[in-house]
Amino acid sequence: MATSPPDVETLVDQKYKHGFFTDIESDTVPPGLDEGVIRHISAKKGEPQFMLDWRLKAYEHWLTMREPRWAQVHHAPIDYQGISYFSAPKSDEDRPKSLDEVDPKLLETYDKLGIPLHERAALAGVAVDAVFDSVSVATTFKKKLADAGVIFGSFSEAVINHPELIEQYLGTVVPYTDNFFATLNSAVFTDGSFVYVPKGVRCPMELSTYFRINAANTGQFERTLIIADEGSHVSYLEGCTAPMRDENQLHAAVVELVAMGDAEIKYSTVQNWYPGDENGVGGIYNFVTKRGDCRGDNAKISWTQVETGSAITWKYPSCILTGDNSVGEFYSVAVTNNLQQADTGTKMIHIGRNTKSTIVSKGISAGRASQSYRGLVKVLPGAEGARNHTQCDSLLMGDRCGAHTFPYIEAKNPSAHIEHEATTSKIGEDQLFYCLQRGISEEDAVNMIVNGFCKEVFRELPMEFAVEAQALLAVSLEGAVG
Amino acid sequence: MLSIQNLHATVGGKEILKGLDFEVGPGEVHAIMGPNGSGKSTLANVLAGRDGYEVTDGTVTYLGQDLLDLAPEERARAGVFLAFQYPVEIPGVNNAYLLKAALNAQRKHRGLPEVDAFEFLGLVREKMQLMRMDESFLNRGVNEGFSGGEKKRNEILQMAVLEPRLAVLDETDSGLDIDALKVVAAGVNALRGEDRSIVLVTHYQRLLDYIEPDFVHVLSNGRVIKTGDKSLALELEDRGYDWVLEEAVNA
Repeated sequence: MATSPPDVETLVDQKYKHGFFTDIESDTVPPGLDEGVIRHISAKKGEPQFMLDWRLKAYEHWLTMREPRWAQVHHAPIDYQGISYFSAPKSDEDRPKSLDEVDPKLLETYDKLGIPLHERAALAGVAVDAVFDSVSVATTFKKKLADAGVIFGSFSEAVINHPELIEQYLGTVVPYTDNFFATLNSAVFTDGSFVYVPKGVRCPMELSTYFRINAANTGQFERTLIIADEGSHVSYLEGCTAPMRDENQLHAAVVELVAMGDAEIKYSTVQNWYPGDENGVGGIYNFVTKRGDCRGDNAKISWTQVETGSAITWKYPSCILTGDNSVGEFYSVAVTNNLQQADTGTKMIHIGRNTKSTIVSKGISAGRASQSYRGLVKVLPGAEGARNHTQCDSLLMGDRCGAHTFPYIEAKNPSAHIEHEATTSKIGEDQLFYCLQRGISEEDAVNMIVNGFCKEVFRELPMEFAVEAQALLAVSLEGAVG
Repeated sequence: MLSIQNLHATVGGKEILKGLDFEVGPGEVHAIMGPNGSGKSTLANVLAGRDGYEVTDGTVTYLGQDLLDLAPEERARAGVFLAFQYPVEIPGVNNAYLLKAALNAQRKHRGLPEVDAFEFLGLVREKMQLMRMDESFLNRGVNEGFSGGEKKRNEILQMAVLEPRLAVLDETDSGLDIDALKVVAAGVNALRGEDRSIVLVTHYQRLLDYIEPDFVHVLSNGRVIKTGDKSLALELEDRGYDWVLEEAVNA
């Protein structure tokens, strides 16, 4: 593959150099991981001592851990010493010189998704001075956010400019000891997003990584922290419907959300990383830890995700419902085609009284893909009056794919009310024929039926995202029937 | 309009239609009657081009073209409509959305401009009045949670909006109470016209009290064994099918 990483961050940085980004560009650390590498990363980023200490503690702990084996996914062993944990972007010589050198299939997909021309080059990693139109837009947004008192920027910036917030909240939802991949991330994360919404503030716009300059591509160990202080409200959009090429096969991100009393965080993801070719070669391994804590009473955290990319997805956005009357929601559409594997779901931990959670998971499998829903609903003894409703539907296309459901329920309070519904269906030949008989083409009919299946999740997405997600689904499932 | 000659068809390897012939002229209404298992629904499905219904011999000519050569969606766009015996539910897909997509797919095929949401709503509201359907139907999932009668009315609504040249109604009367039957029949009658032909597949003559056919064909063992006018249906109602079968054997 001639394409090198779509390091938009670098492309943008070349034009818009901010702070410490500039001096790390030329720097590369050889593959392998040891304490020296971590010290090097931290030093290069100019981090305060507490940050380095935290990374080192995580690294020490990681050395005692083993890669989890319980997920319903299969892959060759990952060589953690073969990864470069701090590498500068590829030089221009290694990049395609123009779109003519880029895989035509990728370009075709951009076309179908309606990606603006000027963005295609950047996404495909072409060595041009890509300048987003959104740069000026982003500047306007930054001003508006600053006026509202909202802090929104890269994680690295936040470590320098708001160390007290980082020190107070980092690792309080996903501790550095949490799991193999989260612990590795804690030791070596490079960048990510940071959001702080002050008390009583309703964030004046949807926050999107897309509008955060410097952050279009944050690399393989991304770390995001979002804090909604008392009575505040924020909606955050992660990802992009455009397929992103990346040479890094392993992605292990961590996202932590903290919602204080009466605060609400809505986190929406559209993930479309390279799934590999029809034979599953070259796709991304996406091992993510996402968790939110409803730390105060009446807090609400809502996860909505549309997952179509990656060769392997291992991801369980979860909610810890600590505050009384707090609410957790998980709405998910996961699509696996060809040889993709996904083991995804959620955890809802009910701690406070009258806490409520809703899980709606829609899995679509096509080709030879394998998909699992894995969910935990846990009600602790003190969670008087806890309520959960889980709905878990799988749609199979063709007869070579698989869908599995692993629901775990642990209720330690007799007043808990837990409902679980699950269905598995094949895309109906009757449904398809009905549409065809009305004159609708097979491709449109499949899209219609699949979108109908996903409707409950799509309506939770912000409007624009929902439209993009539908287009994405259509492209992902192209040729899956017939 | 439609000419069927020596049609043979198998379902799951079993021959169901065994040399069926009949002709439908423009503007005519034909009733296909016959005992269970005689091949009535198979005929309807073969005309619509459903998978699993394999034509092994014979021809079907529709408006001068070989109908069997067309894919199901091409037949629909060419004006062939099947009102299903068991309309399927498509959860989450808006009833109005499906109908608008269908209408526009067909219009596009005919070189007509697509209708926008506003025009569509005007059109569909008018037709819904005819079918005495509440507007809330438009925003429900396709047949999702519809009663048997509602599903059948919805089929005729689609037919009214799509204005086919050839409509095949597969047991549209089954499962309808008398009031629903009258509404459905009124809907069908309103669509009768010089360049629209209708094939009614039915088990009972009851429907024919409300939709008067020009011809009645009796199907048995995959063939048309008797053709007559409306009075034949009445006679069948009176005397059952046995006498026709005997007549055919003796002939």
